[in-house]
Amino acid sequence: MTQIHSTGSRPAISLNGATKRFGTKDGTPFTAIRDVTLDVAAGEFVSIVGPTGCGKSTTLSLVSGLEPASEGTVEVAGQPVTGIPDGVGYMFQADAVLPWKNVLDNVALGLRYRGVARRDADERARAWIQRVGLAGFEDRYPHQLSGGMRKRVAMAQSLITEPSVLLLDEPFGALDVQTRELMQDELLGLWSGTGAACVFVTHDLTEAITLADRVVVMTAGPATVKDIVSVDLPRPRSAEEIRLTPDFIELYKRIWDSLREEVEITRARGASRVA
Amino acid sequence: MSHDTITPVVTEAGRAKPPTMTRKRAGRRRPWGTYAVRVALVVVWLGSWELAARTVIDPFYYSMPSKVWQRLVDWFTEGTSQGSIWTNIAATLEEAVLGFVIGTLAGVVLGVVLGRSRFIADVLAPFIKGANAIPRIVLASLFVIWFGLGMSSKVATAFVLVFFAVFFNSFQGAREVDRVLVDNSRILGASRWQLMRSVILPSATSWILASMHVAFGFALIGAIVGEFTGADKGLGLLINHAQGNFDAAGIYAGMLITTVLALVAEWLITQLEVRLTSWRPPSHTASAGV
Repeated sequence: MTQIHSTGSRPAISLNGATKRFGTKDGTPFTAIRDVTLDVAAGEFVSIVGPTGCGKSTTLSLVSGLEPASEGTVEVAGQPVTGIPDGVGYMFQADAVLPWKNVLDNVALGLRYRGVARRDADERARAWIQRVGLAGFEDRYPHQLSGGMRKRVAMAQSLITEPSVLLLDEPFGALDVQTRELMQDELLGLWSGTGAACVFVTHDLTEAITLADRVVVMTAGPATVKDIVSVDLPRPRSAEEIRLTPDFIELYKRIWDSLREEVEITRARGASRVA
Repeated sequence: MSHDTITPVVTEAGRAKPPTMTRKRAGRRRPWGTYAVRVALVVVWLGSWELAARTVIDPFYYSMPSKVWQRLVDWFTEGTSQGSIWTNIAATLEEAVLGFVIGTLAGVVLGVVLGRSRFIADVLAPFIKGANAIPRIVLASLFVIWFGLGMSSKVATAFVLVFFAVFFNSFQGAREVDRVLVDNSRILGASRWQLMRSVILPSATSWILASMHVAFGFALIGAIVGEFTGADKGLGLLINHAQGNFDAAGIYAGMLITTVLALVAEWLITQLEVRLTSWRPPSHTASAGV
């Protein structure tokens, strides 16, 4: 084990041989991910792509401390993960904003949990609501907002705690294409300059490349790291324009070649299960 | 007329109404027609009863509306055989409300704790099922022996009836909390207690409130059955006394007063529900229309 103590080179997230098995009803353990080794530096944006249901999200559960690893080590900011580490933000695929709190209270939630005084928390929440473009909607309840607006609330809710590690589990999966691109730009804008390490799980390869510095390709379940591709596209990026550039298309082809095999394996399994 | 049906949609941006209110709105679509038919039904029902009692059936057994009305007037102007009617109403109400409040609190606390703790729930499951299977109304007799003829035995009867109704609902409500909401709040830094207060209790509130509607009815039943078993005042005693005197009108009168109490309580609980669930979308159909 080489431990580097200079803060500059210490990875924000470090997975080493991480494996996660779940117990199932019939007693045979189900392996979601096996032997995943991956480092993410501070300020780096990593996308994880893989076939549907391969266990990509489990990786995030391990990093966030929501689930303990069965084997291997998981570290955040050099500390082994036991419980939920400090400075971790998480955006879920499903709506996770509290339906009984209005936008202001939802955004202020993380600060209130951490004991920030109401007035101070509200003030900072208002600033964040402004930043995600929801000014004027402070006292609306989530059900009165559109899906895209709820995602903006969720984004402000995660980012207000100023996480040094931001985990995103297909957060825009349920949105229509136009809204999704808008949200991708929004996310990049809010993230740039924060120095947070981002891990973005998606099955949409275009989305993965648009956002990331590196794209990690996972195998069909049980998932492990198959390929890591660097994305050397210039920032700031615009989701709408970047996907038409030749470099982007080149990258897309390369990663898709790698991903396609895994998708086909998953499909074949699905077909055999049906038959 | 038609604007009433779209009101929930229009108001969705402002104040959200919970489903019960929306349903009432829909019912008020043609107010005058509905009210006229309702009044007509009551008139036909009471009129035919009165007529039948004066011609075919024996009013000694079945009484009739005019006699019931006369009994009510007597009770409220001259008092009952057991003293002032207000004293009796107050006694029953106090027992029911006490039983309701204590039973609801105990039911919510225990339900939520068990709903969130698998181990305790597993350990206690057979005991709770057993306790729920006991014909609890019989306990009223036992409570009279334990607590005497005073108020506490009635409160105890109301309590056991209310407790189980609320307990099972809050247990279910605490179990059905969306996993993602819990995970999200944990990531945002919620402590156990904060999680309970900001996520689990609000999420279980709809379940708990639903049970409270039924529970107040149970509390009244508990109080009255308790008074039946043995008491020195209360509506149950009045009804029991009327039964002893073959006074059908007295029984009806007691029933009527109890019903009014239950309806007032129901209205109050609905107000509470409206207040606590103002965040909820108007209703599934209305929000789908939006």
